[in-house]
Formats: sequence, structure tokens, C-alpha cells
Amino acid sequence: MKTDKIVISVKNLIKDFGSFRANDRLNFDVYEGEVFGFLGANGAGKTTALKILCGLSRPTSGEVMVSGCNVYTQSNLIKQKIGYMSQKFTLYEDMTVTENISFYAGIYGLNFKQIKNKTMQLLSSLGLEGEAHKLIADLPLGWRQKLAFSIAIVHDPAIVFLDEPTGGVDPVTRRQFWKMIYEAAAKGVTVFVTTHYMDEAEYCDRVSIMVDGRIAALDTPANLKEKYNASSMNEVFLGLARHTSNK
Amino acid sequence: MHEFKGFLIKEFYHIFRDRRTMLILFAMPVLQMLLFGYVITNEINHAQIAVLDKSDDYITRKIITRLSASGYFEIKSYLQTHDEIKEAFQSGEVREVVVFEDNFSESLNRFGTANVHIITDASDANTANLIANYTSALIARFSADEFNKDSRGLTIKSDVRMMYNPEMKSVFMFVPGTMAMILILISALLTSVTIVREKETSSMEVLLVSPLKPAHIIVGKVAPYAVLSLINAFTIILLGHTVFGLPVLGSFILLFSECLLFILMALSLGVLISTTTNSQQVAMMLAMVALLMPAILLSGFIFPIENMPFWLQWICKINPSTYFIIIIKNIMLKGSGFMAVWRETLILAFYTFFFLFVSIRKFKTRLT
Repeated sequence: MKTDKIVISVKNLIKDFGSFRANDRLNFDVYEGEVFGFLGANGAGKTTALKILCGLSRPTSGEVMVSGCNVYTQSNLIKQKIGYMSQKFTLYEDMTVTENISFYAGIYGLNFKQIKNKTMQLLSSLGLEGEAHKLIADLPLGWRQKLAFSIAIVHDPAIVFLDEPTGGVDPVTRRQFWKMIYEAAAKGVTVFVTTHYMDEAEYCDRVSIMVDGRIAALDTPANLKEKYNASSMNEVFLGLARHTSNK
Repeated sequence: MHEFKGFLIKEFYHIFRDRRTMLILFAMPVLQMLLFGYVITNEINHAQIAVLDKSDDYITRKIITRLSASGYFEIKSYLQTHDEIKEAFQSGEVREVVVFEDNFSESLNRFGTANVHIITDASDANTANLIANYTSALIARFSADEFNKDSRGLTIKSDVRMMYNPEMKSVFMFVPGTMAMILILISALLTSVTIVREKETSSMEVLLVSPLKPAHIIVGKVAPYAVLSLINAFTIILLGHTVFGLPVLGSFILLFSECLLFILMALSLGVLISTTTNSQQVAMMLAMVALLMPAILLSGFIFPIENMPFWLQWICKINPSTYFIIIIKNIMLKGSGFMAVWRETLILAFYTFFFLFVSIRKFKTRLT
């Protein structure tokens, strides 16, 4: 559930690659338990910002706090408190379901007993008991995706970053996937998600839309539609992109 | 049919637009042709030899001049006693010692025959054989030139002795080389591929976001291969010993420490390769072309380095495998201690630190 507590605070974030400015003075806050959509066309600077928030990359300047930690000095602490799932399947195909769960739980420092409990809990909630000892390579794509998400939050992180988590997935699985996201958010996990699907943007509590390295809009989907006089988030997005490219 | 044509065109795009594929397709065959052309040669050049000439008379001096004037040999030192022969070989300075019998010309004049002993370092069987043959041929020719018109039918007899490997077993030569090759293959190639696989499937990102430190990730990836490689080194030595009767005259501890050093060097090279590319195929090709081929051809493993053209000798000199093979031959076949191989050891250690340093730098720049 969304609260008033700020878990991600970004002030005047700038990231330069040589003379190219990938992130230009970004400012936003994300609240605890919020599902925050991070939208933008390819090359708009989403991934760059995401990497900075995850501690994979350092900002050129600006103030960035993630879960109460400074990204410049406390990136190791941040890593303990966040989960991450990328657009590609990052489970190991040559390992079984339980082996993958154990591996990822293990690198987040869960002990043997915790891992055992988590594995049972996770398998039953996903209905994967029968597949526990199957190789990931033998699982259907949709199941892998759901498993990957469960594994990304296996260590109960404060924030989970999802980088285009539903790329290449059928609509039914996408809907189930979003159900899982809501369940996680209901438990107080903050969900920071990038996506290309504008219907998914409607599921978010708030969305920010990046255009050319800057945040062009940030509000709830309903407010954005009203502001830009659009019937869907798709129209909002296209309107913003067109507006900027005409400039 | 139409789809097939489109597919063919697409494949040609892949090939012509990838510089590495182009290099492998067109540059490698040429390079290999050149390499084989130059390397497989039965000539020797300026092989360093020593002379033990106690009689030091008119004829022996003439023979020595003939040897050094041939261009095949370079007289590195003049020994005084028989005891110095072993020292000369162990220092690795000379490949052959030519020993003239005492009172050489006197015995030639009195008995019509005199003896020359040709002693070679046969731990490198190929070269030893070549050098010995060249020496006897030169002496035979000298004998023919000088004494043809002499009615007494004087002859100089030369007999050849191979030291360290009297039966000229080529396995003695191949074992250290094979070890270098296999260790490079496992350590450098497999580690680079396994690290790059993580990058390719983007699981590396997930690992980097996790609390694991980059150093942990690298060490975790590399350690299993270090262990496997060391087991491999042990197996090769064991096989060489039990099946081929290859001796291990030097210290086992020194031998395995040197193996471990070489493995660490190869692993750090593997890590370095993995930082340069995101594709398993490229990593594999790099390791194959940049490591495996030199390990086989340009390390003294099969072809004696002395016989190569100057520029290839330089490549051999920057090839870490070359030093490893020298170390292994010295320890196993000659029973040398650390003092005989400290220079080579230092070079391997330098390479290890150099590759690690560059990899860490590259890794860091990727993150910022």
C-alpha cells in the first residue's frame, strides 16, 4: 500500500557520457508501496537512470537517495535493499527451479533454513511444486517470467526494479504478472517499473514519461489523461513525444 | 526460393559487417600459411655452443673456427674441465658442448684418427638432433677438405651424446608443451567464455545489482577453473611419468607452484578477454587465435625458437607459454632449482599482475 514515506529521492540528477547528456536534471520522488511507472521511448535515458538507482552506474551530479542510502557513498547498502529483474530472462537455463531459487536467495545472504522456507513458499504460491526439479530450459516462457519476479523479491527488498519485465510475453501472462506486482506492492514493496506497453502504464499509481533525457511529465495516469486531454496513456505518450520532436 | 535468397544475402551482411569474422576468414589463413612456412624449417642459426678443447692445437683451433664461421653456431664459452659441461647446460646458456680429446693432433698424426664428442641438451629433442647433425657434418667436411690429399687417410671421428634425454624421446618435449596448451585452453578460454556467457544472458547485471562484490563474482567464476587446471597439470605429469617414463628430477613443490602461477596468469588473461567482449563466440575466437595458436606454434613447444626469423622470435619472447615451457623443462628434465628459473618465474608473475591490472581498470570504466 502506498504511504507518504519517500523511498527514492532524485534531485537534479545529471548523467553525461562525454558530451552526450543522457539524463538532464531529473527530479522525482517515489513513495513506499507505490507502483511507479518509468516510461520513455528507446534512448530516452530510462536505462541510464535505472542503472544509477541500482548502483550500477554513478551520476555525474545531483542528489540521489535510494531507501535512505546515498548512491555515491552507500551503493553497497543499497544493493542489500533492492531487487532487480531485467527484460531478459536471467534465470540459469541449465539449473533447476529450486537451484535457481537457492542461488539467488543465497547471494542475498539468506541462510539455509530461510532458503528452504522461501523455496517451499514460493513454489506453492506459483503452483510450481511439480516442476521444482525441472530445468528452467524446460519451463514455458510465462512461468519463467513469474518465477524470475518471485526470485527478484525473494529477499524481501524495500524496492524492486523491473526493467521491461513483460517484453515478449502473451497478454494473459502479462495480466497475471501484474497481479503479482500488485500483491508485492500491497505488502509494502515499492515497485519501480519501466515498460513499453502503454496499457501497463494505466496499472501504475504514478507514471513519469521521459523524453530526450528529461522528465516531460509526471503524475497519476488519470491526471495525465485529463491534462493532455487524451483518452488513453498511449495518446498521452504520443502527444508528448510529438510535442517534443516538433520543437 | 525467394526466402532462401534473402537468407543468403542476410548471411553475407553478417559476415562482411563483422570485422572479426572477416579477419578470421581472410587474415588467419594467410597468417597461418606464413607461420608454417617460416616455422617448419630444418635450419639452425647461431645456436649457442661451448667448446672444451684441452689439446688447443693447430687442428682443433681450425675446426672451432670452421664451426663458428659456418654461421650455424656461436661459440658462447670455452670450458676448462669436464665438470663445467653440466653447469653450462644447467644454466641454459648453451645447447651443445663440443669436446676434443686430449692431444688431438698428436693422436691424429700418430694413429691416423682422433675423436670429437658432441654433447647436446636433448631436453629439446628436435633442436638437439639438428645441432648434432650439423656439427658432425661440418667436422666431416673439414676432415675431407683437409686430409683428402693426405695419403695416410687421416680421419676425425665424431660421436654424439644426448644429455637429459638420451633416447631422444619426443614425449619429453611434448609434455611441457601440452601442459602449457591445456592449461591455457582450460584457464583462459573457458573462463573468458563462462564470464561472457553471463553478460550475454544479462545475468551478469543481476549479479552486479546484488550485494556480491565484482571481485567475488570474478573469483567465483575463476576459482573452479583454477582447481580443475591444477588437477590437469597433475594428471599430465603423472601420465608422462607412468606411461612415458618422463622423469621429474626437480622439486615437486616448485613444479606445482610454477604450474599454479601459470594457471593464474592464464586465468587473468581469460578475465581480460571477457572484459573486451559481450559475445561468447568472439571470446572463444580471441582465446583460440590469441592464445592457443601461439601456445602451440610460438612457444618452442614444437618448433625451436632459435630457427625462427627475428620478428617471430620477438613474438615468442612476449608469449608467456614460452617461459612456462622453459621452466617446466628445467625442473622436470634437468632437476634445476628455483635459481635457474627465477627470471622466467618473474616474467610470468609480471604478466599475471599486468593482466589483472588491465582487467580491473576495464571493469571499472564499464561501471562508471
